Amino acid sequence: MGEAIVVTSGKGGVGKTTTTANIGTALALAGKKVCLVDTDIGLRNLDVVMGLENRIIYDLVDVVEGDCRLHQALIKDKRFDCLYLLPAAQTKDKSAVEPSQMKKLVDELKQDYDYILIDCPAGIEQGFKNAVAGADKAVVVTTPEISSVRDADRIIGLIEKEEHISSPKLIINRIRPHMMKNGDAMDVEEIVSILAIDLLGIVIDDDDVIKSSNKGEPIATDPKSKASIAYRNIGRRITGETVPLMSLDEKKGVFKKVKDFLGIRG
Amino acid sequence: MVKSKQRKSQHVIIKGTKDGLTFMLDDQCSIETLKEELQKTLSDRPESANESVQPVNAKLVVGKRYLDRFQIEELESLFSEEMNVSINEIESEVISKEEAEEMKQNMQVTRVVKVIRSGQVLDFKGDLLLIGDVNPGGKVKATGNIYIMGSLRGIAHAGSQGNEEAIICAAEMKPSQLRIASMIRRPPEQNGENSGFEEGECAYLNEEKEMVLDKLQILSKIRPNLSMEI
Repeated sequence: MGEAIVVTSGKGGVGKTTTTANIGTALALAGKKVCLVDTDIGLRNLDVVMGLENRIIYDLVDVVEGDCRLHQALIKDKRFDCLYLLPAAQTKDKSAVEPSQMKKLVDELKQDYDYILIDCPAGIEQGFKNAVAGADKAVVVTTPEISSVRDADRIIGLIEKEEHISSPKLIINRIRPHMMKNGDAMDVEEIVSILAIDLLGIVIDDDDVIKSSNKGEPIATDPKSKASIAYRNIGRRITGETVPLMSLDEKKGVFKKVKDFLGIRG
Repeated sequence: MVKSKQRKSQHVIIKGTKDGLTFMLDDQCSIETLKEELQKTLSDRPESANESVQPVNAKLVVGKRYLDRFQIEELESLFSEEMNVSINEIESEVISKEEAEEMKQNMQVTRVVKVIRSGQVLDFKGDLLLIGDVNPGGKVKATGNIYIMGSLRGIAHAGSQGNEEAIICAAEMKPSQLRIASMIRRPPEQNGENSGFEEGECAYLNEEKEMVLDKLQILSKIRPNLSMEI
């Protein structure tokens, strides 16, 4: 029985889809059986970022409506045999699926996969409700901007109301170390103190992330990039979570890593 | 004969005070008897010469009798019809269970351990002790005082049903807005580094009904009743 993790943020454009693609890739690199689910019906992107757009035959709505069986809609990744994608429909909208149907679908996927990563659409409406319906855990993505942190706070409040989801974890994306250093952007400690949830990881803003997304190759496949290492670390922490007694040293390691990054850049 | 008349009039005793009239209504007889007698007593009195004068203020002392809203309305109309009298206070030794419960709720302190996030609203009767933060976009309301052990970054509304004596305390006072009773205050627009309110951990309304932030130490002087009797 695997676990379903929803990747959400409230605000659009903070990197939910990129994060989903890369954590999925990182987990697949670690040998886990992973399924990515795109719930952004009508505005699907995860297939593009994964470079699987041309292989779509059936989608999530087809599965829910019974036009095909679940395994027919799943697309195997180009690079990893253990990584699959369930794409969203592009021609419908969010109301095509009900939360109860999503829950059933995710429960079915949990039988076969170690991790199901659900890419949530922006907003707090139907699409969000669908995305969280089947999730056991949540990852909230934010950037060091006030508007993004504000929306993350709202989303955390909504997730806390969902009793089936355990406490959400935070990823701070698109960190520009020099801006944090100068005090022009909110720093990691400040964001964590406002949102008051555990930090799962931080990802440095890196041009290569955009480049690789455009190529349809998640950055996590590139062992040299800093962002890639960040995503791989996040993947490790996620697998580590299934092990009880996570020590605080690991958390300190995260901060230390930021400082190391700062040192290299500075 | 005289004796029986005296006994009859014992149900209603009228006293004149500097604030107006006080009607002592007997609490052992039936409400009908009271009304009858009141009507008689009031109509016996000479009509006020000038109709335009201000109505006389009356206070009803009803002892252990409970008057419901309907009965109060009846008495009010009786008074205003028979004589130019308006009831401005009813003193009763008994209250209904609901009133008692509401009073109890308004007296109690509600303890909440939570982070109030954007879009969330907490609304309580009585005082609120929040062990946690109020984030921007979050809101806490209480009919009494609000004490926040963490950071107040959102909105706090104390005395939400009009209690102007209510106060707001926070360990870290960085609110986006403060409200006490019907008064609202927001921090001054940010000009350079000197943003936010003046320093202080508690907010209250001063005698000019202006909201003031000050050190906690001031509370023992301005709100001595906050302290429990030890």
